[in-house]
Amino acid sequence: MNNTFQAPTIEYGQLAPLLLVFGAAVVGVLIEAFAPRYLRKSFQVPLTFVSLLGAFALILVQVFVSGVPTAPAAMGAVAVDGPSLFIWGVILILAAVSVLLITDDDHFVPQAAAVPGSAEEDDALAEGAAHTEVYPLVLFAVGGMLLFAASNDLLMMFVALEVMSLPLYLLCGLARRRRLLSQEASVKYFLLGAFSSGFFLYGMALIYGFAGTVDLAGISRALGTVSGQDPLLLIGTALLGVGLLFKIGAAPFQAWKPDVYQGAPTPITALMASGTLVAAFGALLRVFWVALGNLDWDWRPVMWGVAILTMVLGAILAITQTDIKRMLAYSSIAHAGFLLVGVIATGDARQNADALSGILFYLLVYGITTVGAFAVVTVVRDAGGEAGHLSRWAGLGKRAPALAGVFAFFLLAFAGIPLTSGFFGKYAVFAAAATGGALPLVIVGVVSSAVAAFFYVRVIVLMFFSEPAADGPTIAVPSMGTAAVVTVAAAATVVLGVFPEPVLRLADQAASTLFIR
Amino acid sequence: MEPAEIFPHSGGVIGVSWLMIALPLLGAAILLLGGRRTDRWGHFLGVAMSLASFVVGVLTFVELLGLGEEQRRRVVELFEFIPGMVNMGLLVDPLSISFVLLITGVGSLIHIYSIGYMSHDPGRRRFFAYLNLFVAAMLLLVLADNYVGMFIGWEGVGLASYLLIGFWQHKPSAATAAQKAFIVNRVGDFGLLVAMFLIWTTFGSFAYGPVLGAAGDANVPATAIGLLLLLGACGKSAQLPLQSWLLDAMEGPTPVSALIHAATMVTAGVYLIVRSGAFFQAAPTAQLVVTIVGVATLLAGAIIGTAKDDIKKALAGSTMSQIGYMVLAAGLGPIGYAFAIAHLITHGFFKASMFLGAGSVMHAMNDEVDMRKYGGLASVMKVTWATFGLGYLAIIGFPLLSGYWTKDGIIEAAMEHSPILGWLAVIGAGLTGFYMSRVFFMTFHGKRRWAEDAHPHESPAVMTWPLILLSIGSVFGGAFLIVGNRFMTFLSPAVGAPEEPLGFHPFSVPGITTLVLVAIGAGYAWTKYGRSEVPAVAPRGSFLTTFARRDLYGDALNESLFMRPGQWLTRLAVFFDNRGVDGLVNGLAAGIGGSSGRLRRIQTGFARSYALSMLFGAAVVAGALLLVGNL
Repeated sequence: MNNTFQAPTIEYGQLAPLLLVFGAAVVGVLIEAFAPRYLRKSFQVPLTFVSLLGAFALILVQVFVSGVPTAPAAMGAVAVDGPSLFIWGVILILAAVSVLLITDDDHFVPQAAAVPGSAEEDDALAEGAAHTEVYPLVLFAVGGMLLFAASNDLLMMFVALEVMSLPLYLLCGLARRRRLLSQEASVKYFLLGAFSSGFFLYGMALIYGFAGTVDLAGISRALGTVSGQDPLLLIGTALLGVGLLFKIGAAPFQAWKPDVYQGAPTPITALMASGTLVAAFGALLRVFWVALGNLDWDWRPVMWGVAILTMVLGAILAITQTDIKRMLAYSSIAHAGFLLVGVIATGDARQNADALSGILFYLLVYGITTVGAFAVVTVVRDAGGEAGHLSRWAGLGKRAPALAGVFAFFLLAFAGIPLTSGFFGKYAVFAAAATGGALPLVIVGVVSSAVAAFFYVRVIVLMFFSEPAADGPTIAVPSMGTAAVVTVAAAATVVLGVFPEPVLRLADQAASTLFIR
Repeated sequence: MEPAEIFPHSGGVIGVSWLMIALPLLGAAILLLGGRRTDRWGHFLGVAMSLASFVVGVLTFVELLGLGEEQRRRVVELFEFIPGMVNMGLLVDPLSISFVLLITGVGSLIHIYSIGYMSHDPGRRRFFAYLNLFVAAMLLLVLADNYVGMFIGWEGVGLASYLLIGFWQHKPSAATAAQKAFIVNRVGDFGLLVAMFLIWTTFGSFAYGPVLGAAGDANVPATAIGLLLLLGACGKSAQLPLQSWLLDAMEGPTPVSALIHAATMVTAGVYLIVRSGAFFQAAPTAQLVVTIVGVATLLAGAIIGTAKDDIKKALAGSTMSQIGYMVLAAGLGPIGYAFAIAHLITHGFFKASMFLGAGSVMHAMNDEVDMRKYGGLASVMKVTWATFGLGYLAIIGFPLLSGYWTKDGIIEAAMEHSPILGWLAVIGAGLTGFYMSRVFFMTFHGKRRWAEDAHPHESPAVMTWPLILLSIGSVFGGAFLIVGNRFMTFLSPAVGAPEEPLGFHPFSVPGITTLVLVAIGAGYAWTKYGRSEVPAVAPRGSFLTTFARRDLYGDALNESLFMRPGQWLTRLAVFFDNRGVDGLVNGLAAGIGGSSGRLRRIQTGFARSYALSMLFGAAVVAGALLLVGNL
């Protein structure tokens, strides 16, 4: 054994986007510590945007100037490959758009430590306090997402998982109104998240016991030499899978999603529903394709079951929801199921690339539409804050035709109607799955899409064909940021629905390299 | 001679010919999205966009002329529209550029005229937005280099036509007419769509180049495709049996009738037949049907035109009839193509000029359309009278005016093909002489039969100048195109040419007969409507008159053949649907809803039960993996 310590080599160029985001988060913490209270926001907001957009620019440089790397970076711990870069780009766009929503102070509690309804809280409200810690927290979460999707060994992936999740647990508890609900969401998310982390960690330990390494490529090599019936390996795979499936909200690990999405401040819900989902799918794909690809005959049937259950449960449960955010949460569960269909659609190398590119495209379009939909939710308000109950949305089309129209458009995109981006997303994934031999899954997917279309259309009918409630919600004048988010999301949903070609091609290119090992 | 090869093209004005479509589309978008803010200057923007499109069209035309004759079919690639299926591009060739100049030229004049005509209308901005939309869609229709692009334009003009017929939505008659036009066109579009499906399955492409190049091959279902295309053309061009919507479409503002329902859109069917000529030449049966449809419509339109008292409906009947001539010519093959398109262009001029003239008269007469309440207007509306008169002389084929050259060409070509067709077309020309003279004399001559409060006056200059410019086309257009076979030579690279081009024989038997019949028709009209008293209320007339007044019972036929059986069928379907299908579907929906309600209960809100369900889930996943792994 060689006892001299070898300094690790770090490819700073490849990791620059990650480092920029994390660095900005640290600077954000320093600002919180040293800048006077009234100045903090004017430091934090530009810092956040500069770091997110700068990281995006660095990705562009890698893609178009320096070329996509072909070997993992940081001693094999992080894989900056085509899919990673695409997912990074998507996460950064979604994060930047979500941050536009976050800049609207109205969503966050002035003093989180104050007991809800106490005099202390009233004082904080009166003096206009605000938690600018939100920005560094978001940056840490985004950095975690980036790392989570690109981790090339399980240990790094676990660290990333925690870096991503811990700030989100906190952020969930910061809603300005309905604070008890928000705090409950935060605690639930934390407890269940910790529980799922336990599964992940235990699965990792078992796999280490089997393979003697936590390196994804190493696990794959170990699979090649041993026959795949080792209980250590199988149980390890199952537990690892549970940890990841929890993050994407697949059934039967979906229970947290509606409660957390409903309780969290809506901009944070938007970030979770888009960014976290994208990152979790990145990690899921990497674990199951890179490390456990050779075991697919064993995990695939189970994944079939999970996908079917997720799609059906998401679509059916959404029907009886009466809260708009809960409904969107169930819709997100159903969409996770559709994406799982893509994950299953593996086969030969060519098939892999098709399915992968479909998933990448789907993640982008779903993420953007989701942020847009939640942005609309933030401006429909009544006395108690956002008017969450669906009955309050009746007749919205008459009060605010433009807003209701855009929201209806987002819902149609969720349903996958042609000329919206959602159609091509679904089409790409289902087509890949159908050619990959997962036709029954596609049929289940299409049928649950039809069921899902029912409740999307129900909201549209409610908005446009019902009489408005007498004391209906007011439409808050959206802040510049919120208006920009709705516009960008609507434009992206149209453009990607009519001219998906350039972005599809980009996804194809990203997927063509497959995951590097 | 076969059509010339198609060459890819980039650069120059042709390279940016997409601007012709983009500019009016942009105009429509600005006017529709800009809302009331654009009310004040909206109409000027509409006119500017249309004129700009015309300028690009002219420059494109000039550049095309600069190329060698066999080089004049250029395709400009734009973008991949449907990956692996449709590459969107524009085909700039003599055929499409002829349409472009007609659409943008006449279109611009009608835009300008509308400034005056619609000056008091609160919806003027919306009107110009729709007109711009129409121009963009029509240009896409004729410029697209594939059937899909053409179809998008086809539907676009259908939409614009629907919006403009129903422009005055507050009138139930206008709303109904708009719907009628839309629904009748559905029938035609269905044919066009099925034709496109056949084209795709046969050729694996939609682009004109490969499709039309191979249309003559054996095992191509050319007859089926041809007949289905003809169905599409019948819908759009108001040919029998899908003619019924055009007369009702006159509910739209008069500039719309002039632009869309006379000069351009209704000729799209002729464009379709000529563009897809390769299919028809490969299918003599389809060609025969085309000529029969053309002749039947030209006679039917003329007969309807003889009995209408509404000036716009009389002109609409005449439009039907004239398009019948074009369809007839288009059905004759290469020998007729040049005449079909030439007649289309000259008709675009004189019919637009007469419609706008009718609009000018209506403008002066408080929107009265009944010709029995006109009479003697020649003295108060000199410009309108002169321009309408020139259009009238052109359409009846007065020697040396536009219609004389182009219509006579069609008759000669038809005669060459089959004497029956030829003589029927001659009879149609005689009828044209009668009903157009009737319109002209009833409106401008004879006694004044005006309403009490009518104070007719000449229209403002913004309306008369377009009339004057259009009548230049009515007078000289035909001679310019036909003398020396100029247009046939120009068009031949695009559509092919006959082995022996048809010369122009002014003194042939049919030619002389036509002139004599027209003179008799005009003379009879003069004695009946010019010299003698015209009753203010239409007399009962014989059963033939009633037959013509009721549009040859076209609506009655549609109602008894399609509408009533259709209603019975829907009643039956509703009955079946309520009892059978809905029962099933509602049961299913209730089942899903019920299970949703039950499943909801597992969402208790307690973190502990969530954790428990996760634990169970994990156990199931692990158990299943072990089970599958050890199979």
